[in-house]
Amino acid sequence: MWGTNAREAHPIFFHHILKGIRNGAKMFAVDPRRSQTAKFADLWLGLNVGSDIALANGIGKYIIDNDLQNDEFIAHSTQGFDTYVDSVQEWTLERTSEVTGLPVDAIAELAEAYATAESAQLCWTLGITEHHTGAENVMALCNLALLTGHVGKYGSGLVPIRGQNNVQGGGDMGALPNKLTGFQDVANDELRAKFEAAWDCEIPATPGKHLTLMMEAIAAKELTHLYVIGENPADADADINHVRAALQGLEFLVVQDIFLTRTATYADVVLPASAGWAETEGTVTNSERRVQLGRKALDPPGDAKNDLEIINMIADRMSPGWGNPSPQEMWDELRTVSPMHAGMSYERLENEGGLQWPCPSEDHPGSQFLHGWLWAEDLEGRDPAPFTVNVWRPPMDEVNAEYPLLMTTGRVLDSYNTGVQSDGYNSPIRSGEDLDMAPADAERLGVVTGSRVEVSSRRATIDMTVRVQPDLPTGLCFTTYHFSETTDVNQLTIEAWDKKSGTAEFKATAISVRPKVDAGV
Amino acid sequence: MTMTERPVELRSKVTVTIDGADVDVLEGDTILDACNKAGKDTPTVCYGPTVTPVNACRVCVVELEGSRTLVPSCSRPAEDGMVVTTDSDRVDANRKMVLEFLATSSDVSQSEEIMGWLGDYGADLDRYDPETTERMTDEVKIQDDLYIRAYDRCVLCYKCVEACGEDAQWTFAIAMSGRGFNNRISTEFDVTLPDSACVYCGNCVAVCPTNALQFKTEFDLRKMGEWKPEEQTVARTVCSYCGVGCNLELHVQDNSIVKVTSPDDHSITSGNLCVKGRFGYQYVQNRAD
Repeated sequence: MWGTNAREAHPIFFHHILKGIRNGAKMFAVDPRRSQTAKFADLWLGLNVGSDIALANGIGKYIIDNDLQNDEFIAHSTQGFDTYVDSVQEWTLERTSEVTGLPVDAIAELAEAYATAESAQLCWTLGITEHHTGAENVMALCNLALLTGHVGKYGSGLVPIRGQNNVQGGGDMGALPNKLTGFQDVANDELRAKFEAAWDCEIPATPGKHLTLMMEAIAAKELTHLYVIGENPADADADINHVRAALQGLEFLVVQDIFLTRTATYADVVLPASAGWAETEGTVTNSERRVQLGRKALDPPGDAKNDLEIINMIADRMSPGWGNPSPQEMWDELRTVSPMHAGMSYERLENEGGLQWPCPSEDHPGSQFLHGWLWAEDLEGRDPAPFTVNVWRPPMDEVNAEYPLLMTTGRVLDSYNTGVQSDGYNSPIRSGEDLDMAPADAERLGVVTGSRVEVSSRRATIDMTVRVQPDLPTGLCFTTYHFSETTDVNQLTIEAWDKKSGTAEFKATAISVRPKVDAGV
Repeated sequence: MTMTERPVELRSKVTVTIDGADVDVLEGDTILDACNKAGKDTPTVCYGPTVTPVNACRVCVVELEGSRTLVPSCSRPAEDGMVVTTDSDRVDANRKMVLEFLATSSDVSQSEEIMGWLGDYGADLDRYDPETTERMTDEVKIQDDLYIRAYDRCVLCYKCVEACGEDAQWTFAIAMSGRGFNNRISTEFDVTLPDSACVYCGNCVAVCPTNALQFKTEFDLRKMGEWKPEEQTVARTVCSYCGVGCNLELHVQDNSIVKVTSPDDHSITSGNLCVKGRFGYQYVQNRAD
């Protein structure tokens, strides 16, 4: 479990981990915080924020130096091994220990256990991806799987746990700047021609922009009109004051949402939508690529309409005669253009409790795991999987005398993202609005749990309340952005983002903390 | 190279005789599994498909040839050649008495199943003098807006303790405390739920057989006489929060969600949810009207 607090953020996934632990599986937790997840670990590795590549490379070197790699798998299924070996040479246990802050023995123990396990999985979430080196962090973990052969077979693998109920499905459906439905490359002439024939229209061959690039284009006045569906960037994004100014500077903003979010308050037009999971029917896709049916339980309030219906109505204005196809009709059309969904009829989704893609035909059982081709004699005609070279670079926001503490953000059990949904129920265990701080830091600042403080980053200053938290290492603070109405944490976070994934560095913000003069205790 | 597919689980066949008929089950299955396969209606209270049996209620007992005492069918593994009787006078008398004990010490009126078995087995509650029969008389514990604990309905079946502990949640917020008739399910030092280790997954509520643990929505509606299960619809959908894909059964009355459960047989949840899935639905019905 690397950079994931699944115990709180993915509790029912963690039930499966707990079953494994009860059956004798070993669990290692790599996380700067001694999180609720880490408390169930055989070993907790509390590394320095943003030192993941150093640790992964150090583990790689240890495995190679001790001849624990899977030579047969490397020779048959991978390429670029020698270059990888060269790239990790600097990551001796001592150097890795120095950069990560971890004891040498702990690094060796994790490396040894991972390499020698019969089967092993690497699970991660935003602790890996919300860095300016997010994509490289992921690739550094992939190298370890290639090194040991812990991929593409039952019980082993690389497991990114998705944070939203349909973030996987959104990508699957083609809500990505460079992909058409079913992850088919928009720049591929043949694939594009297939969609153009099916849809009777011309599709631009050049990839669009992801959210982060859109924000930059808006700031540069290159993008002037925006249509936002079910997203609240005015609270969710890093360095939020820039984002808010950009959104407010748009010539025309349409927001389609179930609530009047902060983003919606900036809109020229608000389209009231129904709640997809309870007020309409359709499919969502979870972390394990399982497509499942959602069904309507409630009538939506007022004039709120199904997202699909709203889009159909707009499409009908643009292209009269478009009509209002039902979710199932649209799904069946999707199956004709997306091979990985072709075998998933509504009937099968209903009867089989969902299906995992790829599921190319009605007699295909769905796929429990990916990359099994790595073990095929002929690699199913594919190129061997490439090792990558990943260079460790520390977080962008430098900790110095002026900003001596590092703040990392995350999620707590009973709340969710910007709180739009989770604020709706009265949780008896609500937490996450405070600035969690290690005891030694609190003592140095002369604050205790409940003290009001001014928290400054290089971008903004906000007021927060301290909670002393013994599970944090000295120098590290933690908070969430579930409560932007009252504690607007994303004013502090840095706009630095990963050029490959577009993900901002929510995990590392240099801050200074000053007790408020009238600090009531 | 390596075997890449999921290993096939091999369990050998076991044949037992239930009321004179041979029934095949698999090694590791219980006598209850065999009874179910044979179509026998076996009452159970402390048994649940998602929790480990603790043999607390003794209502599922059957006669097993060669055994001096009756055995709890829910936890006794089936063995080849076992001869089991479920429809004898002895079994009926024992079940009747156990049901009488449960129904005279706790309020089981909100359990349709137990009420039905009381009739089936001819339970006679009047033979226990209310003057001298001790009952659970605890006041309802209402300590938050999510669920209540009415221990006057508790039959001490342990299912909530199991669900909170090693069978699902590993939170260990509750355990059995006290001795004899003071035996109660309790938080540590009987602190209130919000002050306890409870994380409000509601997995204890989901397994409670008597409604001793009850969602606050249901409790409030019952109090107003507005709880109408016969008017409720159940829609199965997928939780709106994280990416795990937990299946939710939304129990809806008057266009409002009044209860959320998850199917016991779903591979992702095994009937369990977290606080967001169980209680986080309210945002779709905080309506202005």
